[in-house]
Amino acid sequence: MNLITVEDLSVSYGANTVLKHVNMGVEPGEIVTIVGPNGSGKTSLLRAIIGATRPSAGQVKRKPGLKIGYVPQKLHIDPTLPITVERFMRLTHRASKNDCTNALETAGVPDLLKRQMSQLSGGQFQRVLLARALINRPEILLLDEATQGLDQPGSAAFYRQIEDVRQETGCAIIMISHELHVVMSASDRVICLNGHVCCEGSPAVVASAPEYRALFGTGTGGALALYRHDHDHHHDHDHDHGAESQEAAE
Amino acid sequence: MFDDFMTRATLAGVGVAFAAAPLGCFVVWRRMAYFGDATAHAAILGVALSLTFQMSVFTGALAVALLMALTVTLLAGRGYAMDTLLGVMAHSALAFGLVAVSFLSGVRIDLMAYLFGDILAVSRSDLAVIWGGAALVVILIVWRWSQLLTATLNEELAYASGFDPKREQLILTLALAITVAVAIKVVGVLLIAAMLIIPAAAARSLARSPESMALIAAAIGATSAVAGLRAAYVFDTPAGPSIVCVAAILFACFSLIGWQRHSKY
Repeated sequence: MNLITVEDLSVSYGANTVLKHVNMGVEPGEIVTIVGPNGSGKTSLLRAIIGATRPSAGQVKRKPGLKIGYVPQKLHIDPTLPITVERFMRLTHRASKNDCTNALETAGVPDLLKRQMSQLSGGQFQRVLLARALINRPEILLLDEATQGLDQPGSAAFYRQIEDVRQETGCAIIMISHELHVVMSASDRVICLNGHVCCEGSPAVVASAPEYRALFGTGTGGALALYRHDHDHHHDHDHDHGAESQEAAE
Repeated sequence: MFDDFMTRATLAGVGVAFAAAPLGCFVVWRRMAYFGDATAHAAILGVALSLTFQMSVFTGALAVALLMALTVTLLAGRGYAMDTLLGVMAHSALAFGLVAVSFLSGVRIDLMAYLFGDILAVSRSDLAVIWGGAALVVILIVWRWSQLLTATLNEELAYASGFDPKREQLILTLALAITVAVAIKVVGVLLIAAMLIIPAAAARSLARSPESMALIAAAIGATSAVAGLRAAYVFDTPAGPSIVCVAAILFACFSLIGWQRHSKY
């Protein structure tokens, strides 16, 4: 049975429709990546799944009692707010110190419990966010552009960590990212989004799909290889997906 | 013991400091300083209205402060930036309030008392209102503490944890309106924001957790109230501003200490 089923979901803000008739599902233990250019509705889809955005049509079904762990895109902690890693992790869950330590260990940062959040590096901060999401042993983890602000080795390491987390806890993972080449290699299934689901399947299938190439260009043919990324190519395709696909291809 | 006006004034000041401390922390963390200021300024219109209709000043100020805060929250993000909206609303409400007060011919009111507070004239019933309001604010904030903190950190995190951050924002807005209404008598509309922000900001350099920051802010606020009143008595200075001066001096001292501590690393 699916953990989350999205049925015929549409989301609009005023007159602006950002998602149309989206269908997708996530099974236990699978890693699903949602890719798409800027403005393709990735974040709206994730917000609809966690309940922060009300769909204008369709629905999001969750398995009853589903435990969700959410890793936000960016979390700004005002420098005037003093808070330790431990306190931060216990903010929304009743958790023992032991639970916190275990979650931090799973996330790859075992010794940060007593540190102030404001003293963490970017990579440590992301891992603490991951650890916080893991603390109530979720059946599914949602990651919204979780590697923003990390450099390429940093985000590659972060995604390897995600795979380890799945290995260790068996939870399903939905992540959205613009770092196609890094993310896709870690995924079981990729959903290519641009207001609607353009194409879907294993990373290899999606990478060679014409819809995907129309959005992201052929230059990302190395999508399955870590670190490989070319900046010196241009795209001159004509496609009804609109101007933003040109930007996203860069 | 409530017969002595200095005792009543001190208790009033400490009561306001207790409500303002935890709320002030959120005002600082969420960068709502101007929001607090604007709500307080608008309250002078409430004062004018309550004098016109012979209601209690507390009720009138509470109603207008609440209305102002809700309107700004609703209008924010619809074309105007938050600070523009606040500037328009706060200063128009203040101006309308001042004009409205001038129409009140029957009663001669001491406008200064509402702008800068009149803590030495606090009556027993004022004291009851102040402590009642302060207790309500503290209960609200303690009850919603974790949720308020989560919503302050990140909206999506709040949704994912199963509650609506907009509701938490409303609770803060309500607490702010109550604090403004009870603090008018003590420090006046022009200095309420100071009682919110200065103790919280002074507590920052000493605190290691959000909870300790709120408690330290309460201690700093209460100390300012007691010492400020004492200073006002000794030097014959206006009471409300003297309280704020003490808070500002404490802020300067603690910031210097915090600064030195940081520069050692």
